[in-house]
Amino acid sequence: MNPSMTASTDAIAIRLQAVSHTFAGRPALCELSADIRRGVITGLVGPDGAGKTTLLRLMAGLLKASAGSIRVEGLDPVMAGDALRLQLGYMPQKFGLYEDLSVLENLTLYADLRGVTGAAREESFQRLLAFTDLARFTERLAGKLSGGMKQKLGLACTLLGSPRILLLDEPCVGVDPISRRELWRMVSSLADGGMAVLWSTSYLDEAELCGEVLLMHEGRLQYSGSPQALMDSMQGRSLLLQDIAGNRRQVLQRALRSPAVIDGALQGHAVRLVLREAGVLPDLASLQAGPDARLQQVKPRLEDAFIDLLGGGPGGDSPLTEHMPPARLPEGVDADAVIVAEQLTRRFGDFVATDHVDFRIRRGEIFGLLGPNGAGKSTTFKMMCGLLPVSSGAARVMGLDLQQSASQARQQIGYMAQKFALYGNLSVAQNLEFFSGIYGLSGARQRAAVADMVRVFALHPFLSMNAGELPLGFKQRLALACALMHQPPLLFLDEPTSGVDPVSRREFWSHINGLVDKGVTVMVTTHFMDEAEYCDRIGLVYRGRMIAAGTPDALKAMVVSAELPDPSMEDAFIALVERDDRQREAT
Amino acid sequence: MSLSLRRLVALCRKESYQIVRDPSSILIAFVLPVLLLFIYGYGINLDANRVRLGIVQQDGGVEASRLVQTLQASPYIAASLSSSEAAMRQQLQLGSVRGVVILRSDFSAKVRQGQGAAAIQLLTDGAEPNTANFVASYVQGVFQLWQAQRQSGQAEPAGLTLEARYWFNPTTVSRNYLVPGSISVIMTIIGALLTSLVVAREWERGTMEALLSTPVTRAELLLSKIIPYYLLGMAAMSMCVLVATLVMGVPLRGSLWVLFLVTSLFLGSALGLGLLLSTTTRNQFIAAQFALTAAFLPAIMLSGFVFEIRSMPLAVQAVTYLIPARYFVSALQTLFQAGEIWPVLLINLLFLLLSAAFWLGLTAWRTPRRLDGN
Repeated sequence: MNPSMTASTDAIAIRLQAVSHTFAGRPALCELSADIRRGVITGLVGPDGAGKTTLLRLMAGLLKASAGSIRVEGLDPVMAGDALRLQLGYMPQKFGLYEDLSVLENLTLYADLRGVTGAAREESFQRLLAFTDLARFTERLAGKLSGGMKQKLGLACTLLGSPRILLLDEPCVGVDPISRRELWRMVSSLADGGMAVLWSTSYLDEAELCGEVLLMHEGRLQYSGSPQALMDSMQGRSLLLQDIAGNRRQVLQRALRSPAVIDGALQGHAVRLVLREAGVLPDLASLQAGPDARLQQVKPRLEDAFIDLLGGGPGGDSPLTEHMPPARLPEGVDADAVIVAEQLTRRFGDFVATDHVDFRIRRGEIFGLLGPNGAGKSTTFKMMCGLLPVSSGAARVMGLDLQQSASQARQQIGYMAQKFALYGNLSVAQNLEFFSGIYGLSGARQRAAVADMVRVFALHPFLSMNAGELPLGFKQRLALACALMHQPPLLFLDEPTSGVDPVSRREFWSHINGLVDKGVTVMVTTHFMDEAEYCDRIGLVYRGRMIAAGTPDALKAMVVSAELPDPSMEDAFIALVERDDRQREAT
Repeated sequence: MSLSLRRLVALCRKESYQIVRDPSSILIAFVLPVLLLFIYGYGINLDANRVRLGIVQQDGGVEASRLVQTLQASPYIAASLSSSEAAMRQQLQLGSVRGVVILRSDFSAKVRQGQGAAAIQLLTDGAEPNTANFVASYVQGVFQLWQAQRQSGQAEPAGLTLEARYWFNPTTVSRNYLVPGSISVIMTIIGALLTSLVVAREWERGTMEALLSTPVTRAELLLSKIIPYYLLGMAAMSMCVLVATLVMGVPLRGSLWVLFLVTSLFLGSALGLGLLLSTTTRNQFIAAQFALTAAFLPAIMLSGFVFEIRSMPLAVQAVTYLIPARYFVSALQTLFQAGEIWPVLLINLLFLLLSAAFWLGLTAWRTPRRLDGN
């Protein structure tokens, strides 16, 4: 790509000075100042609600800032909108495509709108179709494309007219990891050609690859600069506790009690810790991790630094643990098969959404269904909850077949739906009352259960607030509280921490770890690779089938090679999916 | 407001692809109108053509038999005869006859004494006042005819006879005024309901954000929504006129260019209202709900298409002046049944023009160039 560099050759493409924005009196951005340079990918990084989309829209001239100044190519994006629109490519979430138009029709529309005509259009189309590898699909309707292909078409439409600045709003949401890497390579080559690229994301692992990052939290800029520099500043503070004997969750819990530790998470069989100060280690003996346990320094991650910037993660003790009674199994239920899927299959017409899936989950185990959007996770999940009839095979929880006794089985399940299915226009207290009511609690027991949840999740200050207005982290807490009100022995979580900030995510998992210690069995779906590390076992779902299953470490071990001596979960996922694709082509 | 023909054509082309590929818009624009035309044209019939009338004849006299014969001969009455009053009352209750004429045993005698009118009793079903009125006036008409015949038979000249003659719709076929009225309902559906969805859809699917980040102008955005749906509306209108005149035999007495003008102006306000709702709510469901209550229901209830405006309470009559469909219905009924009656048409055209200017102007004013309003 060769964006014309005729105008300003200044290295700074966008300059933000004390930018603030409020929506109906609510602050969305607060006093933000930063410079965005050409030639690198700048990551706009933060959880949902951090203000990323608002900032991008301000730069694109789609909103007018409440205060402060924004200069894009030296111009005000609102006042000089007409001049800037041709220099600026903005890809909104969902890619801004017309689903009932074909690939070529979408391209033609945006070419006309951006004034790319005649020979230049032919040349651009050829170049972009080759670049995005969409030349074979020009006649296909955009709505019929896969998530990854939509994303590439969205990018192609945005690149028409050779903009000098590219703004991408969460380009990788709902896209599988393979397409994510491909898009990254494409955008990198654009940045190398001198384009200024702003890439917004809530994935911190994605942000590590950026040349520069703007780390945002609750409308405030926490850090701007190179992610590597930020990670380097954490040097010596990230440790891996390996060769643990005994319960690693309890080891993590004990480690988080140590004043030397500000954050910790499970990583396969090991425990990853972040120290308050380099060199000041927690007392190994007090962790009771067994005689062979050893601490080893590892490369810091951006997430470590982000949590450090936010003042450290939460403690490892969940008040939920004291509150919940141990989960007991009824007589005659096999503790090794509390949740069972046998040759579970679901067809929608010709399409097989879930294809002969098998798994059994033990009492007190966290089992994860990991896969990209559209792989069949949700379909499998809905059958396990009795929300969707099975085409063939069986789904059982606690020995109850979900086809025959769905409502009895559901009484055993606490269910937390994707995006926290709360009633947005009911208050927090009303949500709690409603959900305890539908699980059959009434009178004094109901009042006690609601009071317990309010105490455990510290919801008291929010009781009269509408659930829809809660910050995302609190919505998640409330959703978990609603799911646990009837003290179920089984907990089903559907994408429980999507878009939530890392501190809230840690806190959420400390609750789950606490529940598991009480014998609660957890099934979770996720497309977050690092979330999969919390699971005892993972089933990798791809195109409706379970292509691999095992502990996180076992899955990673499956793909170890000379080029990949220490694969991450994402590496493992990609390698296993590609292996499966090759096998399918061979047969 | 600058305008680039290239961008406008590109946007209009996109919009037309979307219309053609969305089965629901074709359904609303072409299938629904035909369905509605046939329902209003054939399914709903406000004529009391051949009303079922029961006759209780308790008098065997010549005068009574003549009257019964005259009733039976009427092209508007399907008479059934019985001597039992109770049986006929039962039939009336069941709704199998719409009215009952009772001729008492002393009828012929009273007629000879010159008291005929006093001796005839007519029972009608007050639960359906419209039909009851028809029955009453038909029977009255037959009765007068019978009297006239009787008098002429006696060679006595009649003092005064009333000869009813309906202008503009001489056969008083209700289809002839219901079909033009239903066209106004159809145009409301296409103009307001269909367009109430289109801008909201762009907001919901996130394409509006992408459009606004390109060099399109407000005028192009607005025109690209108005032009395709105006053409769609005119196509549906042409189809309605063809079906009405050729298939259903409804006369069209005015000229086509006036019809075209009236329809264009009405579509202007319907499109304006639909787009305004879509633009301000940014939500397809809410916009469609508003379009139903703000455009569709008034077009049926307050336009004078089914319910005559002059028989409404005064307050409601005042409200009808705000409903563009009122002027459209009036203009259409005039054009179809009477032809170019300019005093009527001009006043309707004037109000349609004002209404179109108002709604389109408001839409243009509310069409954003940014996400946060103007």
